[in-house]
Amino acid sequence: MSVTTPDSVVGSFTAEVFDAHLASVAHLPAWWLDRKREAWARFCALPLPKRTDEAWRFATLTGLKLDGYALPAPVTAAGLGHTPIGIAKAGRLVFANNRLVASDPVAAALAERGVIFETLQNALRKHGDLVKSHLLAQPATLGAEKFSALHTALLDDGAFIFLPKGVEIADPLAVFHYAAGAGAAVFPHTLVIAEQDTRATIVDFFRSADAGAHFACGRNDLYASHGAQLTYVAAQTWSRETLSFQSNSTVARRDARVLSLNLHLGGRQSRHESHSQLQAPGAHSEMLALTVAHGAQEFDQRTRQIHQAPHTSSNLLYKNALLGRSKTIFSGLIVVDPDAQKTDAYQSNRNLMLSDDAEANSLPGLEIQANDVRCSHGATSSRIDPEQEFYLQARGIAKDAADELLTFGFFEEVLSKLGHEPLHDALRDLVKAKFQAQPAAAAPSPA
Amino acid sequence: MANLPATAPVPASPADTAENPLSGIDQAAGNFSYKMDYEFDAGTGLSEKTVRYISAVKKEAPWILEFRLNALKTFLAKPMPTHWATKDLENIDFDKIRYYLSSGQKPKRTWDEVPDDIKKTFERLGVPEHERKFLAGVEAQFDSEAAYSNIKEAVSKQGVIFVNSTEGLREHPDLFRQFFGKVIPTGDNKFSALNSAVFSGGSFIYVPKGVKVAMPLQAYFRINAENFGQFERTLIIADEGAEVTYMEGCTAPKFSTSTLHSAVVELVALKGAKIQYITVQNWANNVFNLVTKRGVAHEDAEIKWIDCNIGSRLTMKYPGVVLKGRRARGEVISIALANDGQHQDTGAKMIHAADETTSNIVAKSISVGQGRSTYRGVVHIPKHLKGCKNNTECDALLINTNSRTDTYPAITSRGEGNSTQHEASVSKVSEEQIFYMQQRGLTEGQAMSLSVNGFINDLARQFPMEYSVELKRLIDLEMEGSVG
Repeated sequence: MSVTTPDSVVGSFTAEVFDAHLASVAHLPAWWLDRKREAWARFCALPLPKRTDEAWRFATLTGLKLDGYALPAPVTAAGLGHTPIGIAKAGRLVFANNRLVASDPVAAALAERGVIFETLQNALRKHGDLVKSHLLAQPATLGAEKFSALHTALLDDGAFIFLPKGVEIADPLAVFHYAAGAGAAVFPHTLVIAEQDTRATIVDFFRSADAGAHFACGRNDLYASHGAQLTYVAAQTWSRETLSFQSNSTVARRDARVLSLNLHLGGRQSRHESHSQLQAPGAHSEMLALTVAHGAQEFDQRTRQIHQAPHTSSNLLYKNALLGRSKTIFSGLIVVDPDAQKTDAYQSNRNLMLSDDAEANSLPGLEIQANDVRCSHGATSSRIDPEQEFYLQARGIAKDAADELLTFGFFEEVLSKLGHEPLHDALRDLVKAKFQAQPAAAAPSPA
Repeated sequence: MANLPATAPVPASPADTAENPLSGIDQAAGNFSYKMDYEFDAGTGLSEKTVRYISAVKKEAPWILEFRLNALKTFLAKPMPTHWATKDLENIDFDKIRYYLSSGQKPKRTWDEVPDDIKKTFERLGVPEHERKFLAGVEAQFDSEAAYSNIKEAVSKQGVIFVNSTEGLREHPDLFRQFFGKVIPTGDNKFSALNSAVFSGGSFIYVPKGVKVAMPLQAYFRINAENFGQFERTLIIADEGAEVTYMEGCTAPKFSTSTLHSAVVELVALKGAKIQYITVQNWANNVFNLVTKRGVAHEDAEIKWIDCNIGSRLTMKYPGVVLKGRRARGEVISIALANDGQHQDTGAKMIHAADETTSNIVAKSISVGQGRSTYRGVVHIPKHLKGCKNNTECDALLINTNSRTDTYPAITSRGEGNSTQHEASVSKVSEEQIFYMQQRGLTEGQAMSLSVNGFINDLARQFPMEYSVELKRLIDLEMEGSVG
């Protein structure tokens, strides 16, 4: 495969596209428009990733061309073929092609206590200061700076969630982000601000309404204040032709606990960056991901666990199952700042190789600048354990069924950490659906 | 500035030299130099002229000169690899380095013939004494050329060739030319290109079919001059079923300016052969040590690198094995100790290229004071191979609150017939262990030394006994004053 340089560093996203977009959001606060202009300049100035960029090592750069996409026309909820996920929700927002198309607000009692669950555009107008201090406040530093700048420049609308002090919400808040129509470029965003001692579960669903080649460039910011307990789930089932970038930023303050679980199933080439900052003692971040890659899919996951204060902990478990000619990249880094003594950090990447043509790349890294820490990592790549397979076969379970059981057992370790049964079942169903939809056993799929 | 170092040797601490014949790996013991009048000097800075001078002095065949000149072009064209490596590399001033210094190209066969100052240097480092005791052959390189090179008669009678690179290419061109520059091509990286342009010294070894060399062959590399660059080139070929162990040691006086050491070491283990390559690197901490080391293991062959890095300002070294034949095996055992002002950026590369090949990497590093140790590794298992296995373990020990360690492995595995596993951990010396030992009457310093020695004990045992004893002693020395 030859590496060809895309013709232009901006592709379809020309100045005209940006100007038209800016005009369409002219009613939003001036500070936000200024930020968008700055981001636009940054996007234009930054080069596309090069082969020598360490942050893009092993990635297929030819797949990153930005040509052939456009800001899509609005669609209605009826045209999406929206399928419910079958769980009770505390609230729901459905975005399609960057605009809200349906919503179920949170219960009046929650709204009275100050819970905000609405669009980012509304929040920008009504709660400007709150949004200003948290929206895209953490820089993207894992390699996709260019795409993060594009996201800021063209971000139209997204979800805004504010949890005031002491609020606990049992059922998940769900946000759906759809891309519809060939070449649709979407910029999903979810901003969560959890004040002191709050507790909530937020689920982002990334979906394609059709099999078109979409472009998704999303970000989500999670801010967990003192003692907040947040569970964040992102389930990505973009179309098989979608190019997707998703960047996650988590900030955990004193005694905050954030669990994030990313389920990666769709897309042609998907890059996911996840960046956790443990900023005060007692903060904990649980970073989980589950990927089922088949056909010629490529999943590129880059993570950073940054321990900025003493007595913080993080635990990362990224599992990939590889079928067909798929490729996965896991590149993680645990960073322990000089004064972050008593850090306890773990990072684990497990690749289950289910095909002879699949490729798993692992780059588990550590940068430790304090001595009184417990940091370790592990990375493995291997097929199903033949002994386990034999054990099940010896008990009368056919090989295919045994393999399926063992593969689901492999996923279960991640899903079971969720501690929310209906959501756990819904995610397992998504994985199952992907598994059953995979192209016939060993035959490599035609892209 | 081409001033030669001061004449008077710096007095070594009383503990080393005489009583400790192996004090060659104690940093202080290597910290002396002699004023030399070099007969051959390529001057300061690097140009085509420098390369032509080196080649002419060595009376090389035209193809070697051409090889050197091409390499120079490659070196100049390649950027510094600072997109992944430390920016400290930018502090190397290639224009201030002296690329070739020698007092003659032909090594002496007996110590009596070696000029006095050079002989004194190696005597202080204990080299002749080791030779008598437990080595099959020794080469002692002083700046650019080997001052002494000898192999025991019994070994040479078996057909083993042990010469320096100049002699090897001149006297055995058919044997060495076919492998020279093949394991590590000139353009592999900027520093392998630099070495290819100005290489001098190093060992060329051939062990014939089925010959097992019972005692190790040893090379000792000594830098004496200031602002000097040492670029030795080593090529070891173990023919079918042959076995050989090679050990190298090195020291340099500590100058205020920086010194560059950039070697290329190529190993070829043919069918069923075994090569063990042991390095105890103890350069003074003004030395940039940027070395490319790689071996090719053919069917059923085994290459094992035992790599211990204690000295230098910056070491970047990732010994590699290309597992080219079925059932070939590669192993890297690595120990790194980084003290104040040092960065040990070490690791391993395992390139699997045949079925049922296995590789093992065990790396342990200790960071003391503001020292920084880095593990960087590559494990690559390409498509359609079956039954390949890799195991990697990295453990880092941080002694002081501001010590630093990094781990950057890269593992690529294709297909379901192979498996890789990687594990790394970072820890400090257990307070409970220290307390336990103090309860039993050890001082905190003694307890610390014991604990650190325990950390590397399983690896240190793989060194020849003389080295492992010395390693322990050295760690005790380095740990002094690191507590409290």
